[in-house]
Amino acid sequence: MSVFGGVGQTQSEFKKGLNKIFLWYGGGFLFFVIVLGILEQMGLPKNWIGYAFLAATVLLYGGIGVMSRTNDAAEYYVAGRRVPAMYNGMATSSDWMSAASFIGMAGTLYLTGYGGLAFILGWTGGYCLVALFLAPYLRKFGQFTIPDFLGARYGGNMARLIGVFAAILVSFVYVVAQIFGVGLITARLTGLSFDVGVYVGLAGILVCSFLGGMRAVTWTQVAQYLILIVAYMIPVVWLSIKHTNNPVPQISYGYLLQKVTAKEELLLKDPKELEVRGIFKARSDAAVEKLKDVPASMAADRAAAVKRLDDLKAANGPAPEIKAAETAVAALPKDEAAARAAYTTARTSNAARAAPPLRHAEPFPGRDKAAQDISRKNFLALVFCLMVGTAALPHILMRFYTVPSVREARQSVAWSLFFISLLYFTAPALAVLVKFDIYTLLVGTPIDQLPGWIARWNVVDPSLMAVADINRDGILQLAEIRLGGDIIVLATPEIGGLPFVISGLVAAGGLAAALSTADGLLLTIANALSHDVYYKVIDPNASTARRVMISKSLLVVVALAAAYVASLRMADILFLVSAAFSFAAAAFFPALVLGIFWKRANKWGASLGMVLGLGVTFYYMATTHPWMYGLFHGQALTPEVLKANTWWDIAPISAGIFGVPLGFAVIIIVSLLTKAPDQEVQDLVEHVRYPSFDGRIPSGSAAN
Amino acid sequence: MQLTARHREYWAKNLRVTGILIALWFFVTFVLVFFARSLTFSFFGWPFSFWVAAQGALLVYIGIIWFYSHYMNNLDKEYGVAEGEAS
Repeated sequence: MSVFGGVGQTQSEFKKGLNKIFLWYGGGFLFFVIVLGILEQMGLPKNWIGYAFLAATVLLYGGIGVMSRTNDAAEYYVAGRRVPAMYNGMATSSDWMSAASFIGMAGTLYLTGYGGLAFILGWTGGYCLVALFLAPYLRKFGQFTIPDFLGARYGGNMARLIGVFAAILVSFVYVVAQIFGVGLITARLTGLSFDVGVYVGLAGILVCSFLGGMRAVTWTQVAQYLILIVAYMIPVVWLSIKHTNNPVPQISYGYLLQKVTAKEELLLKDPKELEVRGIFKARSDAAVEKLKDVPASMAADRAAAVKRLDDLKAANGPAPEIKAAETAVAALPKDEAAARAAYTTARTSNAARAAPPLRHAEPFPGRDKAAQDISRKNFLALVFCLMVGTAALPHILMRFYTVPSVREARQSVAWSLFFISLLYFTAPALAVLVKFDIYTLLVGTPIDQLPGWIARWNVVDPSLMAVADINRDGILQLAEIRLGGDIIVLATPEIGGLPFVISGLVAAGGLAAALSTADGLLLTIANALSHDVYYKVIDPNASTARRVMISKSLLVVVALAAAYVASLRMADILFLVSAAFSFAAAAFFPALVLGIFWKRANKWGASLGMVLGLGVTFYYMATTHPWMYGLFHGQALTPEVLKANTWWDIAPISAGIFGVPLGFAVIIIVSLLTKAPDQEVQDLVEHVRYPSFDGRIPSGSAAN
Repeated sequence: MQLTARHREYWAKNLRVTGILIALWFFVTFVLVFFARSLTFSFFGWPFSFWVAAQGALLVYIGIIWFYSHYMNNLDKEYGVAEGEAS
């Protein structure tokens, strides 16, 4: 197909063609949204709008896949190396911005205030490392995958296979989180069940990457970027006009932040708020008491529940109350372990809700100096892991193989960060806008006059939004609201009072964010297996067609496996994604950077450095993260064990802070102890350091 | 592949600009944030440290990457290691 790069076209003709296509596409999409908006006013039911968005976007991505189908290796693996810098920037940013960025981040900022800015800093600052240390050199090297570079630079299959293992581990963890997000959004958008949602989304990913590989994924990602950025902006701009009369939320929210800060001080001292928090504190204390003697507490609980049921029955109480009492009896924990778990949950969740609201703009909150220092240390550690991880994610680095030259690779990083920042500038503004809305408009309303969106979300998913009149005074206190972070983005259109078509658009944007990232990740995994394991190690004589065919089959297998794991609904999205960053940081960053900047780094150093860096990161997570600990030790992580396992108070999310320096140290020490790499490798290092020796663009694939 | 003195000079200049920019990156990210609790004066309505982490640092990052790309693409031409036009 000529639209996405045919034979004999010059680069500037190609660019002009692309501009035209995406202009038409943008116009078409706008038209589609407006038509749906008009239909909604005429009475089109909501779930039809949801279906229309789901069908239109999935068909669109599939259509791009069909139009750019290919069996050519260079086209399939690196989109023919002709993606212009700006378009690669757009593709990289939607490859980059996942469900966690789109849905999770504003929520995290809402819940943690300044603490959440670690994600903003980490996920943008990492691009400085990509630009300065990796992108131009990897483009000059110009093969197909990241393990390719490790294989060539550290001579032989050992480093390559460790790289393959790490790439698959990182990408698989990350893709599971994306598919989980796809299921969540599809369920929300259309009312289909979570599991059906997962497989519908998967179909969209597969048609696209299966037929056209990197070429299809690139152009789909550009299309997805346009959808997701528009979807993110519209409700925020609307909310900003509503609260500040200024259509640029990024400029206007400083003023709102002052108002929120003033309100926080009032809420911290408000007697009604203190009363509600006191009730939670009492509940948590009661759970602590029960934990002291679990069997006795179980018996007491049972006796109390049964007595209440009997009393109600004896007094001929109202049917719903009897029903509730029966449910309460049935829900009593069956054995001691279940009871212990239930009391522990009650202890921690009530203690969390008894805590005063944090001050949004206060950096590193803490009770005393020591707690503040720990908070600061963890903030900086998290920023470090996210940054280094960004610069080491194979599916991002791979994108810089697709531009035509080193020059464009450098420009492309700048474009990437520019496009990413459009969303990242907005997320903190969105968090403050919603906080302002909730703190000043919602808190203090009578419980029976709450806006409709609260009740709707309460029904959809109580873990996202739950409101209960804890102190029974008929007025909503802040402490009576329980919010899940993900609701912030998803409910913004409703909070702002926008029509449902905008909610549909936001969900479609979230879907685009999750699908685009999943596309890139699946391709990374399939390519690592087909190119690095099958072609480079098992059968170096395999024909191009066979390699592409194997990659395509693997894509389907990996996608199904990821969908299966996602349907188990294990840990929360943000932890899975952050874990992937620490793994990538520890496994790849030291080996890649030293490979380019230090000729003396050799095979043994790099291999050992990668294994030990990854190993220590994994070990730290497995001993300190509740879910990972449970997975590997078969029992719950108690606060005492956690304290004993924690090193320098660092949270498990930042485990890479140990892995990265260890990786660097091991590579340097082991390389110096073993013999220097041979001349061929040293020449390769020189080769990647200079864009060109003779004024031509080396084609990269010719080195094959 | 025989490297000339000019090639070495090019690489030294590259390392220098990389070093300067990464130092700037380090300052904005880790030094400014380390002192965040003391830098709370008002900056166009925001507490300064909040604004840095939410917007200021991002602007510096974009600046760093843009400058590097611009500087290196010129350096390539100056030292004759630039690539020709893509076909």
